[in-house]
Amino acid sequence: MTITTPPIAAAAAELPPAAFWRLKGFPLIPVLILLFIAFVAVFADVLAPYDPQVGSLARRFRPPAWQDGGSMAYLLGTDHVGRDVLSRLIFGARVSMIVGITAVLVAGGIGTLLGIVSGYLGGWADQVVMRITDTWLALPALTFAIFLAAIVGPSEFNIILILGLVYWTRYARVIRGEVLSLKQREFVRLAIVAGCSSRVIMWRHILPNVINSAVVLATLMLGVVIVTEASLSFLGVGVPPPKPAWGLMMADGKKGLMVGYWWLTVLPGICIMLMVLSANLLGDWLRVKLDPQLRQL
Amino acid sequence: MKQYIVRRAGYSLLSLFLLSLVIFLFVRVTGDPVSLLVEPGASPEDIENMRRQFGLDRPLWEQYWHFMASLAVGDLGQSFYYRTPVFELYFQRLPNSLLLAAVAMSLSLLIGIPSGILAAVRVDGFWDSAGKIFALLGLSLPSFWVGLVLILFFSVYLGWLPSSGSGSTLHLLMPAFTLGWYFAAAHMRLTRSSMLEVLGSEYIKLARLKGLPEALVIGKHALKNALIPVITLAGINLVVMINVAVVVETVFAWPGIGRLLYEGITFRDFPIVQGVVVIGGAMIVLVNLLVDILYALIDPRIRLES
Repeated sequence: MTITTPPIAAAAAELPPAAFWRLKGFPLIPVLILLFIAFVAVFADVLAPYDPQVGSLARRFRPPAWQDGGSMAYLLGTDHVGRDVLSRLIFGARVSMIVGITAVLVAGGIGTLLGIVSGYLGGWADQVVMRITDTWLALPALTFAIFLAAIVGPSEFNIILILGLVYWTRYARVIRGEVLSLKQREFVRLAIVAGCSSRVIMWRHILPNVINSAVVLATLMLGVVIVTEASLSFLGVGVPPPKPAWGLMMADGKKGLMVGYWWLTVLPGICIMLMVLSANLLGDWLRVKLDPQLRQL
Repeated sequence: MKQYIVRRAGYSLLSLFLLSLVIFLFVRVTGDPVSLLVEPGASPEDIENMRRQFGLDRPLWEQYWHFMASLAVGDLGQSFYYRTPVFELYFQRLPNSLLLAAVAMSLSLLIGIPSGILAAVRVDGFWDSAGKIFALLGLSLPSFWVGLVLILFFSVYLGWLPSSGSGSTLHLLMPAFTLGWYFAAAHMRLTRSSMLEVLGSEYIKLARLKGLPEALVIGKHALKNALIPVITLAGINLVVMINVAVVVETVFAWPGIGRLLYEGITFRDFPIVQGVVVIGGAMIVLVNLLVDILYALIDPRIRLES
């Protein structure tokens, strides 16, 4: 006997795709920005006019094309070792996308799993997970990430692991709360009566019902994760040079700020801002549309 | 009441214990701790000596006991770079961090509370929309970018404010605003939602029915109750601020705890990094305990509920 599990927030999903676009307040511009950044990240090799990691000291600190001394050859100028800023921004999109999405997946995976297990099983498993979550939340996220980065050393792979390890608690909290209420619902009780094992109930019946919340959280977390990655790179414990990460570009550009080389810090900052802002706006909208239970977050 | 406090204190102790365990284990599981605890470029004999001195050749539980015993007497090891105990360094820098946090907090409340009230009184009005944008930007903009753009404008182009360092009120302005914006956004959102909740309550309706002027209803009757959660959050945030200011302090070279942490990273001075994390975590656990106890003292429902 199989028991179908009705998704809680099916309202948005039941609409035909065309109607989805016409939903009130659909954040069209943020979505377009995110799609554009994703597009740039995927086709960075084709789009970037120069190699982002090779420069020439002969052409360092060129300003953007529209300023005095700038040229169309280097649209957004060059940095302190003569690398093309535009090419670095384009490849930086790839770093941010890869780190952001995989870190959110790691955090979401750990958090959702532990949230479901502790919420459904209850008892000592719940106690253990929740006490660990409390402890984790006592550590300021950025400081904790710096501590971990100082131990394992900087690399793109390590950053993903660290961000996942730091941020899983937010998922665990929310998902556990949802599971606690799902547990009381008819379909779960029927599944128990039908003799389903705990594992089957958690995977087949609970998980599909918390996916909505997990997706909303993931969108909201994307912004947080990207800012943290940029901050770590800015502090020198993130993505190691000479890789073109936006936070790293700003740390390099900081030295030129006092003499007016504004494009080295302002431009990567605008990229980070656009991406984070878009992710937050999309996340806010999804939260309201998909999951009324999360509105109080 | 007593029972409640004892149980909350028990949870906090457990949290502190887990905190120390997490930090202890991460340092030891992820590789050779000697490479972290010994200065870079130390000779093999020195490394061997260190291993024995730290007891890293002994079983794990014995090492943990040693770690906890040192923590209990405030011994967080010695900085490689400064050659002084980490504990001392921390408390040398703490006043600077406190000063920055206090000013940033004042700014964030001065901005957050009035704009939150305005937004709640006129929902979807101009101030509400403006406040939403302000809050969204505050929560989305990376603080180092805000800091650098402020430096670009006020130091490089206008030449009004010093770009880095400490010593005068002028030095405080930009770092305090950069740090405060994020929190102003959080305080604004909370003031707005808590004000909306209070404005919907019976006693406010009564005050209006009595014919009290709207300014009095909002400014006196509603505000008093609406501010309770905001003040609580601000109290916790003050401690959080001290611990998350690392980026802001780095951008403005402000000599606080965050800057100490940054120096710890750049000089590969691991005891400093570990010390800042341990003290920061402990501080937050203790503040949360304090808030819980105060809440229970004020509100009997909380202590009876559990």
